Amino acid sequence: MTKITFVTFDGVRIDTDAENGSTVMESAIRNAVPGIDAECGGACACATCHVYIADAWKDAAGEPEAMEEDMLDFAYDVRPSSRLSCQIRVSNELDGLVVHVPERQA
Amino acid sequence: MSEIVKTDVVIIGAGPVGLFAVFELGLYDLKCHLIDILDRPGGQCAELYPEKPIYDIPAWPEISGQGLTDRLMEQIKPFAPQFHFNRMVTRLERQAYGQFHVETDEGEIFEAKVVVIAAGGGSFQPKRPPVPGIEAFEGKSVFYSVRRMEEFRDQDVLIVGGGDSALDWALNLQPITRSLTVVHRRAEFRAAPDSVKKMFELVESGSVRFELGQVSGLKGEDGVLTGATIKSADSEIELPVTRLLPFFGLTMKLGPIADWGLNLHENLIPVSVETFETSQPGIFAIGDINWYPGKLKLILSGFHEAALMTQAAKRIVSPGERVVFQYTTSSTSLQKKLGVN
Ligand SMILES: Cc1cc2nc3c(=O)[nH]c(=O)nc-3n(C[C@H](O)[C@H](O)[C@H](O)COP(=O)(O)OP(=O)(O)OC[C@H]3O[C@@H](n4cnc5c(N)ncnc54)[C@H](O)[C@@H]3O)c2cc1C
Ligand code: FES
Repeated sequence: MTKITFVTFDGVRIDTDAENGSTVMESAIRNAVPGIDAECGGACACATCHVYIADAWKDAAGEPEAMEEDMLDFAYDVRPSSRLSCQIRVSNELDGLVVHVPERQA
Repeated sequence: MSEIVKTDVVIIGAGPVGLFAVFELGLYDLKCHLIDILDRPGGQCAELYPEKPIYDIPAWPEISGQGLTDRLMEQIKPFAPQFHFNRMVTRLERQAYGQFHVETDEGEIFEAKVVVIAAGGGSFQPKRPPVPGIEAFEGKSVFYSVRRMEEFRDQDVLIVGGGDSALDWALNLQPITRSLTVVHRRAEFRAAPDSVKKMFELVESGSVRFELGQVSGLKGEDGVLTGATIKSADSEIELPVTRLLPFFGLTMKLGPIADWGLNLHENLIPVSVETFETSQPGIFAIGDINWYPGKLKLILSGFHEAALMTQAAKRIVSPGERVVFQYTTSSTSLQKKLGVN
């Protein structure tokens, strides 16, 4: 199990145990993290699982693929640290990851 | 007012479920008109994931969203359904039992004996970009599509987005505007390479201005836009802008369906699981838009619902006629309708 912490827009911290091989979005949904909608269920087709990844974790989380970048164009308040959480696979390298949830999705 | 189009069935929504309903209704000789706000059939499959594979369509181990749409269009062709795209159904009114009026935002009126709501997650509508106060400018200075190019003549136009709509309109409008700026979050575009090339030629020659960033603020009063702030990673600039065209893709909104006097359950339409009729006799709801205990938003469930709905719809359109159940494999009369016999 890999520990992932979600910080909501109001600053509430939610610690989750994520299964390796699943996605960061799935961990958020299983733990009912407010502010992550994931309307398309992880198909990279809705941009409603948008999160910010702290700089320290950028490399471990990997580079977004072109499809993800395209979807990010539709997200709200996109920053350099923006990612779609359904496109980040959980692995040991992400143990301790802190994910910030934006003010709103789309 | 335009002439009233009379038909057996109006289907609201041309997603996969609305399309398959044409087939089931067609086997029982019911003629259909379909209305959709999109410019083509397929609903979510065509708009959200045309190239992604679906793995749970019975007998299709793998088929793409567009592939499924194409096959459905082929399957319903013998029934000659009439499509009306780029229109939103705004009103649905019961005139009498077995007589409904369906109105679109283009002012058309359809008269149908039965109405089938296959509206999925609702109608596709442009996404509003997250700019504070943008609502106040909508319809006057901010537009989500170009209906009349004249609206943009001699204006300072700002187009936001990196897809085909953004670039196509940048290229089309540039000759008539006073100034044209394109703002996109990054230097890569999702648009056809040819349009990207053409746009950068215009940037090179000074006819179009391109800024990397996002629109963070708008200036103006009473809906009349005068300027916009564009924020990039390390700077903020202000531009004179009188027309803003954001192209941020589409999102699904329930839309006018909420005003049709139907019972709703969390924005879905509860139906009978025997007939898929709504709280109003003669109005049916199938596919993602309906709700009943155990409902699953799956394409295959929508197909099943279309078949059962047809039995009840037929009884309304042809009262007193016996509804005969037949197999397409062995019924010569069904095969005649399909044009295979
Ligand atoms: C990324 C993704 C992956 C999916 N994968 C699968 C899968 O693997 N298997 C599966 O079974 N399902 C899958 N689904 C779900 C599937 O796409 C839906 O169940 C299906 O599209 C529902 O079909 P529908 O015809 O009911 O509605 P929709 O496809 O939503 O079509 C409804 C249409 O009605 C139109 N409409 C609505 N209101 C109005 C109005 N007032 N006026 C005019 N037009 C209107 C809309 O514009 C739309 O085109 C997936 C969905 C997504 C987003
Ligand atoms: S869940 Fe839809 S893009 Fe991630």
